[in-house]
Amino acid sequence: MELSVYLRNPYIAAGLAIIAVFLAFAALAEYIAPYSPVDSVAPPLQPPSPEHIMGTDNLGRDVFSRVVYGSRIVLAIVAMSIAFSGVVGSLLGLTSGYLGGLVDKVLSFVMDSLYAFPSLVLAIALSVALGPSPVNAAVAIAVVYIPTYFRMIRGQVLSVKNEGFIEQARVLGLPPSRILFKHIMPLVSGTLMVVFSMNSADAILTEAALSFIGLTVQPPTPDWGFDLYKGRGFILAGSWWLMAFPGLCITLLALGFALVSEGVSKITGAKLR
Amino acid sequence: MTTVLEVEDLWVKYFTLTGVVNAVSGVSFKLGRGEMLAVVGESGSGKSTLGYALLNMVPKPGRVVKGRVVLGDVDVLKLSPEELRRVRGSRISLVFQDPFTTLDPLRKIGDQFVEFLMEHGLDEASAYRTAREYTEAVGIPGRVLDSYPHQLSGGQKQRVAIAMAISLSPEVVVADEPTTALDVIVQRQIMDLIDEVKRKYKSSFILITHDLSLALERADTVMVMYGGYVMEMAGREEIAGRMLHPYTRALFESLPRLGQRTLPKSLPGNPPDLRNPPPGCVFHPRCPKATEECRRERPMLVEASRNHFVSCIHPG
Repeated sequence: MELSVYLRNPYIAAGLAIIAVFLAFAALAEYIAPYSPVDSVAPPLQPPSPEHIMGTDNLGRDVFSRVVYGSRIVLAIVAMSIAFSGVVGSLLGLTSGYLGGLVDKVLSFVMDSLYAFPSLVLAIALSVALGPSPVNAAVAIAVVYIPTYFRMIRGQVLSVKNEGFIEQARVLGLPPSRILFKHIMPLVSGTLMVVFSMNSADAILTEAALSFIGLTVQPPTPDWGFDLYKGRGFILAGSWWLMAFPGLCITLLALGFALVSEGVSKITGAKLR
Repeated sequence: MTTVLEVEDLWVKYFTLTGVVNAVSGVSFKLGRGEMLAVVGESGSGKSTLGYALLNMVPKPGRVVKGRVVLGDVDVLKLSPEELRRVRGSRISLVFQDPFTTLDPLRKIGDQFVEFLMEHGLDEASAYRTAREYTEAVGIPGRVLDSYPHQLSGGQKQRVAIAMAISLSPEVVVADEPTTALDVIVQRQIMDLIDEVKRKYKSSFILITHDLSLALERADTVMVMYGGYVMEMAGREEIAGRMLHPYTRALFESLPRLGQRTLPKSLPGNPPDLRNPPPGCVFHPRCPKATEECRRERPMLVEASRNHFVSCIHPG
């Protein structure tokens, strides 16, 4: 399918634009952020002003600078977790679906068990068990989403593997790995895109939740979820900007991915049906 | 004539949830170099399962429970998965019934052809050369290798499938109803092609078909199967001249004939349920000559006359 078909879709274009802004924040944080994110640069709890467009926090740090730097953590964790769950989930799905038999039964059972957990609870439990760090948080989120990839890919493999040309490949003596990766994988990879776009917005929110309870980074590293948590103590004092801006960023980024997902499923849905 | 394939007392069963299906029961035959054996039978006679068993790829829940499939010097049923993979495609290959699904729709014909040859040890250059040579040998211009499967007609796809099947000069090519999905004109072309390949490359073919007239026209030896058993097996001319088994005769009489004013005779009834085959001869419930003895005793496959085998208590 042409890439331009995707790019011309208004949902996808809008979603990508939002994501691009945050990617730019992450990539160019040094140039975009006006102040250091960890140093006290002004009196504490200043409301938004021309010098500090999002105000300052209780330690006198610039909230906008923290928001800009904070995008790095969230994007890194989400990217890692998506890559990890996509690779592991689809490899397991491919082998399980292709081999069938006992392997398939055991793997499906394990995956269904994982799937049965509420995803946020599982992610929190895992990251508590692994200890707070960005990589561990990424692993925890990934494990939560592996079953989704697994189930989608496995289902696709099951429907493709009895096609005549797969049987033909076996008759011609092609090795299983080749059949799996050269003949089956290209047919099911479209599914990956759909699952990826479905999961990414969810993964952002899960990451924010983990950060909120302090399971990703250590202070004073800027992080949206954790800043949101800290800002909560000052909201009654009238310092609304401490929670509003990190919260807005989380919402916007999740919205960006959700828009892309909506667009992708509209296009592929139309093509599939 | 040298024997390239020898099947000895082959038994295949499907272990389904509703019972054990006796798909192939005690089939034995020999196939000489450059010969064509036609396996004839109606749906459910076990002929396709026999074809799969020859490549040791009976689909689950089926299993070969007994027997040997000796290809040259190896027993195909005893090979490790890796050895089996090497044998498939290079020493024994299979052409499927439906050419419309046997090619990967996402990849060019040539890529698939070359991929297959390279998996069997050819280097890229000679793989390309071989692919082109065999494509042209089956009557398709070499540029078709640059096409995608959907750009070819059914007949062309079947030609490609045959080209792939013969390109490594396998000792045996199993053709499972290779013409059933094609229209009659193309059917004839494909059968002519198989004849030509057989002569030119001295390959041996096993033609699995439900069409007795096709078998009598093309094969050297005809084997008639019913309910998983071999009913009758003989050379083409022998069997055409003297059908000993009532089932063979019933099949033959069901063929329409030119100039015949009456309808061809049909054989009432259905093939047996192989989870629960009838006692005695599997054919007795539909057999016009069945007697009490047929219900009790299962006839053995005996050599009624030289190289003419039949399993019937009342042959002739």
